[in-house]
Amino acid sequence: MQRALLLSSLGTVLALGTGMGSAQANTEITWWHAMGGALGDKVEQIAADFNASQDAYTVTPVFKGNYSETMTSAIAAYRADKGPDIVQIYEVGTATMMAAKGAIVPVHRLMASADVDFDPQAYLPAVTGYYTDPEGNMLSLPFNSSTPVTYYNRERLAQAGVEEIPRTWQELGDALEKIVDSGAASCGLTTTWPSWVMLENYSAINDVPFASRANGFEGTDARLRFNRTAVVDHIERLTRWQEDGRFAYGGRFDDAAPKFYAGECALMMGSSASYANIKENADFDFGVAPLPYDAEVVEQANNSIIGGASLWVLNGLDETHRQGVAEFFEYLSTPEVQADWHQYSGYLPITQAAADLTREQGFYAEHPGTDVAIEQITAGQPTDNSKGLRLGNMVQIRDIINGALESVFAGDVSPQDGLDQAAARGNELLEKFERANR
Amino acid sequence: MSAPFQHHRVTPWLLMAPQLAIVLVFFFWPSLQAIEQAFYVEDAFGLSREFAGLANFQAVLSDATYYQALGTTLVFSLAVALGAMSIALGLAVMADRVVRGARGYRTLLIWPYAVAPAVAGVLWLFLFDPTLGLVSGALGHLGIAWDHKLDGAQALALVIMASIWKQMSYNFVFFLAALQAVPKSLLEAAVIDRAGPWRRFWTITFPLLSPTAFFLLVMNCVYAFFETFGTIDTVTAGGPGGATTTLVYKVYQDGFVGQDMGASAAQSVLLMALVGGLTWVQFRYLERRVQY
Repeated sequence: MQRALLLSSLGTVLALGTGMGSAQANTEITWWHAMGGALGDKVEQIAADFNASQDAYTVTPVFKGNYSETMTSAIAAYRADKGPDIVQIYEVGTATMMAAKGAIVPVHRLMASADVDFDPQAYLPAVTGYYTDPEGNMLSLPFNSSTPVTYYNRERLAQAGVEEIPRTWQELGDALEKIVDSGAASCGLTTTWPSWVMLENYSAINDVPFASRANGFEGTDARLRFNRTAVVDHIERLTRWQEDGRFAYGGRFDDAAPKFYAGECALMMGSSASYANIKENADFDFGVAPLPYDAEVVEQANNSIIGGASLWVLNGLDETHRQGVAEFFEYLSTPEVQADWHQYSGYLPITQAAADLTREQGFYAEHPGTDVAIEQITAGQPTDNSKGLRLGNMVQIRDIINGALESVFAGDVSPQDGLDQAAARGNELLEKFERANR
Repeated sequence: MSAPFQHHRVTPWLLMAPQLAIVLVFFFWPSLQAIEQAFYVEDAFGLSREFAGLANFQAVLSDATYYQALGTTLVFSLAVALGAMSIALGLAVMADRVVRGARGYRTLLIWPYAVAPAVAGVLWLFLFDPTLGLVSGALGHLGIAWDHKLDGAQALALVIMASIWKQMSYNFVFFLAALQAVPKSLLEAAVIDRAGPWRRFWTITFPLLSPTAFFLLVMNCVYAFFETFGTIDTVTAGGPGGATTTLVYKVYQDGFVGQDMGASAAQSVLLMALVGGLTWVQFRYLERRVQY
């Protein structure tokens, strides 16, 4: 993080230097982002490559801390009239950004008004769907998107005599039983990002509503529904599994990962973008499999939904800046840049062309399992339940859900009661959002 | 003595001006803004703003999680203030007696204060990580299943320990200085009157420490209320299930993460009133018993 900070301030200094050198001819475009560490270095490199590719614009990336810090800084700066041109906002902030109609320029409008080639059809619907309005217009440009997959420890599975990761939760239960009973691992399965994996994606894959009104895509009067669907049975299943060791709760965010690295749990469900980290931390042979579906709910898995962040354009730009941002977005969407970003970071490519290019380059063959995510999100046409979530105050709602799951897994409340309480509290926040954005 | 200064009406203000300017800009101005914000409902970008009267306060005060946070804060603050002060006093009394290498002991005891709260949090997190932690591993061998990611009481205990460890040094410095200021003659007189060490401590030393103890009580309460944010954020992020969400952490979650400015501002105003009231009570009732 420090390094990224240093680099970004160095970048600013350099940009200032070049800006002075070439007088007024060059337009500076500021890009606030939340990518620390190695990802931040890559962001710097993308901007530098773009700057080298033409000389009308200079894109200056500035690291602003984690996602919520970046969002808060951008909002505060916008209110003080000092906002950046482009800001990276996490997926759960989408509804807030969308509702701020006067503060943002929708990407489809920006691209249409600028002199660039822009084909909305080139983008992957499962990725862009999260960031489009009901008419299918792209509001923000997806930048880093990932989706949860199943990582498994090949050595533990071999010890237990489990050949492959089953496709359904029902069969998975038997496989996990084998793993625990054979003593291959003390815990079968753990998960990172509990709400995202076990509620949001479970609902999408099994085609049940997480919230009404097409998960909020059709209006701010959406209300949470996960306490009335198969999700309740699913959480009940996990609590049963927790008792016999088939499942272990490992905390929020990526906190559960050490359980997998240490070989305590044989399986872990986590973000496809964790691939590089797992490769670095796991000193065993591991594989990647799709998330299972629930055979009692659907016959075939729906597409999973994404997480991550997208790039929003803030209002108040003059024509030159708009043109510059549009050209940068065009550059960012090229198959070469996307394929490179996808292969480097593990995030999903945003266009089909980038996925094809990656395959042509032999990356998937060389790194088996890295194509699971892309296949999973392109499984079929997204339905109302699997386009994504567009709910106001989603950051807090996710927090409430994670809190409820913790109470359930600690044995304080039953799954039904825990989810009912979470839905009731979440709905209060949705009502508040609806009132504030009428 | 004071006569020459009485004619200077401007000089004191001039001398205080830099400090006053800082207090005005960095304390009063934001506080006034928070108070104003508490009466409005506003979207994140400030595009629409509507006067809401007391609606924000009503919403906060009818929210069960607010009372949960209040309860957590009281338990947390009490435990941190008492824990940090009593351990520091014990250490100071012992360090005061050390003759050889006293400087070394003292330096080591003061060290934790130089550690940033977030770093202190991470240190404790490493020790107690349910999978990798040294202490949690040792507890496991003793038959105690440590999992602060699921067990609210353990999580609260962990942030309390980390916060105490961090604040102990500060208290230690003050207690040690106060102990060294206790007149030797009084203690020697007590020895001649055949008072034992226990009696000497409680009847002579402790009363003489009371101004310091009172000062530290106020400071420790303020610390526990406001400055433990970094520790909580890194160790538990307010979880599990809100078990370590203190009032300050809730202000951060609702305002900073959730972008709900009105509710967050209302909570800050309530918190300001609470801490202000607490400090007033401390000065009004406890200070009477302090012997300067």
